[in-house]
Parts: sequence; C-alpha cells; structure tokens
Amino acid sequence: MSTSEKPTHLLVDLHVKYIQSLDTKKDDLEYWLTEHLRLSGVYWGLTALDLLNNIDALNKEDVVKYVVSCQHDNGSGFGGHVGHDPHLMYTLYAIQILVIEDALDAINVDKVVEYVASRQDRATGAFTGDEWGEIDTRFSYCAISCLSLLKRLDAVDVSKAVEFLMLCKNFDGGFGSSPGAESHAAQIFCCVGALAIVNSLHLVDADLLGWWLCERQLKNGGLNGRPEKLEDVRYN
Amino acid sequence: MTLEAEVWNDITPIPQDDGPDPLAPIAYDTEYTKAMDYFRAISQKDERSERALELTEKIIEYNPAHYTIWHYRQQILFSLNKNLYEELEFVKDQIDNNPKNYQLWHHRQVLVEKLKDASRELPFINEILNDDAKNYHAWTYRQWVIRTFNLWDDELDFVNKLLDKDVRNNSAWNQRYFTIFFNPTKPTDEFLAQEIDYVIEKIKMTPNNISPWNYIKGIIAKSNKDINILEGLCKEIEEQNIISPHALGCLVDIYESRARNGSTADKEEGIKICAILAEKHDTIRKKYWEYRKVILVSL
Repeated sequence: MSTSEKPTHLLVDLHVKYIQSLDTKKDDLEYWLTEHLRLSGVYWGLTALDLLNNIDALNKEDVVKYVVSCQHDNGSGFGGHVGHDPHLMYTLYAIQILVIEDALDAINVDKVVEYVASRQDRATGAFTGDEWGEIDTRFSYCAISCLSLLKRLDAVDVSKAVEFLMLCKNFDGGFGSSPGAESHAAQIFCCVGALAIVNSLHLVDADLLGWWLCERQLKNGGLNGRPEKLEDVRYN
Repeated sequence: MTLEAEVWNDITPIPQDDGPDPLAPIAYDTEYTKAMDYFRAISQKDERSERALELTEKIIEYNPAHYTIWHYRQQILFSLNKNLYEELEFVKDQIDNNPKNYQLWHHRQVLVEKLKDASRELPFINEILNDDAKNYHAWTYRQWVIRTFNLWDDELDFVNKLLDKDVRNNSAWNQRYFTIFFNPTKPTDEFLAQEIDYVIEKIKMTPNNISPWNYIKGIIAKSNKDINILEGLCKEIEEQNIISPHALGCLVDIYESRARNGSTADKEEGIKICAILAEKHDTIRKKYWEYRKVILVSL
C-alpha cells in the first residue's frame, strides 16, 4: 500500500466485521489450537467493539449463553472454553463479559465468589490460578478484580492479599510474579491494579515506580516491558 | 503415536461441543479432532491408563498450552506411578520448543516437588538461559529451585558469569539482588562494600546501562547507605565527557537529598541538571525531569 492509499481515519466498519469474522474461521487449525483461550478472545473482541461503539455487533444472548457454557460443571469457576478446567483468569474474563453485558443474573454469583475465595492461600495471602497450584501476582489481580466487580471483596482476606503483593515489590520500585522475581511491566499492571482496587496505592513507592515506568520509553517513542529490552507494542 | 482403531474400539468419541449456536462447520486437522474427541470421552470417565497418557502426549504435541490436558496428564502419571524422571525428559523437550509456556514450567515444578530431587534442574535451566538469558519463566523457576532446595552457594558465581557475558541483562541483576538479599545468610558490611565497588566498575563500563544504576540505588537504600557515595562516580563519568542521562539523574538524586537538608547551592545545581536533561539529554522524559524540577523548586 502506498502512502496515498493509507486510510486517514479509523475504518470502524471493517474492524467490526473483522472481529465478527473471528468466530467463523473454523477451517483454520489455529482456531482450534487456541480453543483453551476462546473465552479471552470473546472478551477482547467485545471490549474492542464496545470502544468502537458497536457492542451489539455480537449478539448479547449468544455471548451470555457461551459464557455460561464455559462455567465448570460444579457451577464454580470458568474455563477457557466449554469443558476446560476452571481457572481464575477465565473466571475474571467471564465476569467482565457478563458485567459489560449487564447479565450477572445469568449465573449463580455466590458459587463464583466461593470458587475465587477458595483459590486464596490464607497463610500467605497469595492466589493460585487453578487447583494445579501455580502462584503468580497475575492471579491476585484476577481474584481481586473479579470480586470487586461482584462487590464481594469481603469473601477473601484482603489485608493478607496485599501483604503478598508487597512481598513482590522490588528494589527498583516495580513488581514481579512472585517474591524476588524481576520487575515486569505486565506484572506491575496486575499488582498496582490490585492495590488500587483495594485502596492501597499508598503502599506503592510512587516516585521510584514512576521513574521505572517512564524509563520504559525508548528514544523512538516505543515502550519495552523490562529494562534494556526492545520496545514492543503490547506494552503501550 | 497413531490413533489406531483397535486401541480405542471400546470408546465412543465425544465430538466438539462448541457452545450454543455454532456458526460454521468444522474442518481442521483430522488427527487433532480425533484425539480431542477421544480425550473428551476418556476424561469424562476419568480413565487413567497408558493409552490415556499417550493421548495427552499427542494433544500436547499440537497444543502445549492446553492447560486442562496437562492437569489430566499429571493425574494419570501419579495414578500409574510412572517414572517421573522420564517425564522430566519429556517436559524438557517440550520446554526446548516452547520456552515461554506457563503450563510447561509449572508441570516441571510439580514433578520436581514430587521427586524431591532438584539435581537436574540448574543444568537444565542453564541450557534454557543459554538460548535466552532473559526468559522470565526460567528465572522465576530458578528462584523457586534455589529457595526450595537451598542451592544458594554457587548462584553468585553464576550471576557473575552472566553479567560478564552481558552486563545489560536486567534479569541477571535482579537475580544478583535475589541471591544476596533473599539468602537466609545475610550479607556482611564488608561484603556490601565490595558489592558496591563491583557495581561501580560495571557502571563505568556501560554508563548508559540502566540496570546497574537501578541495582546500586536499590542496594544503597536496602543497606541504609547514603546516595552521596555515588557522587565520585557521576563526576568521573561527566569529566570523561560521556553523556549519561543516568549519571546526571543520579546527581539529581544526590543534590535533592542535600537540598532536603537545607543546601541551597545543591538545590540550584539540581534544578540546572533537570533542565539539561529535559531539554537536551533525555528529551523523551522531559515531563519526568520537569516533575523532578518542580519538587526541587518546592524544597
């Protein structure tokens, strides 16, 4: 495409069509190999459509039905697709979608709250993503964000959760996935986001973290996720 | 492995349920479809058998991020009392091909936890770090191994070697902090003094490398030392006519700390450097340096 052919405005209709088409590419092996994160895909598509003022481009009834079908048989957490194991990350995506669609009444909220609360290790305050036991501050964010949307933060030990997040704060002001793990922009999003939700931003070393974050920008304007790495649009 | 009919003739495969209202028919790789159909059937009855184990391997070859499969595989391995050392080899091959997959690293951790034997772990992680010395998964796992199996003794040597190879490896600097300050044996004052000298040497090699700057400020704060000890280093870099925004930024820190103790001369000096950084040497962070200037002015 030559410079003269470049669009000068956002081609909203084409973006909307593209997002709608993602659910029909079932001839591609890739479609099936990403099955485990189908629910995330719905969230990304839906939020993009919402930003484009086209949320109705995906039929609400279908979306809600699909989300409900991803809830595990025991009525607790949600998996990435029908029949997949429940996981905190997909549970957050499910709740986010249902809140966007104003359809929380389609599920048993108490059961979801019970599931999320059961993922907290009451001794350390940390959260495991699923019954497999992987611990990561990403899952702290998933749990806190999810319970906040459901207005049920009372179901977990918030001060212990904060304690764990603070153990993951590093000498450079950033946060990592577990105590001692390197500061990483994505983990910082999760930790600071979780702290903000529970009104604990005063625990962040704002000046030190502020420096770390703005130091992510390179001379060409792009942002990297960790010091001395290359820029990548996913961090913008 | 092929999905030979005779091994599976007692199982009725369960086809994909694509949720309500599927929009288009399925036409993807038939081997994968078949494997998934059998998986749905046998996982529903929680079959833990050799053929189930082989099936998980087949699906994993296609899609190593399919977390439900890994969970099922683990249960089969433990139920059948399989040789977990062989499984370590399997997961090693998988990680070699997919070094940034969460499921794989966690699977390995579960195996090693069960085996209570970490003898193969550091050599394995070293191989992975050899290909990508900043692999976040490898480092996080390494920290778990070191902490769980108390393998602190040789870690600083390892970090030294990595920093000799690439002094800009921020993961290695982070590991350095972990090795020194998460170790149950606390560092002595003498050790910390040597450590600061070590970092100063590294900064002199690459004054525009942010990693050791962040690190040295971190250990100064951690050990309650004074940021002023870096003034000589900053001046030395300046005198060599090397433009280093980090050295200038460190001077801002130093002058600000003195301005807080009442020094007007340092306050003025700090304001001057903020302006130079904002207008000339670090223009992308103009707003940051203007913010620092406002703080200095308010002191």
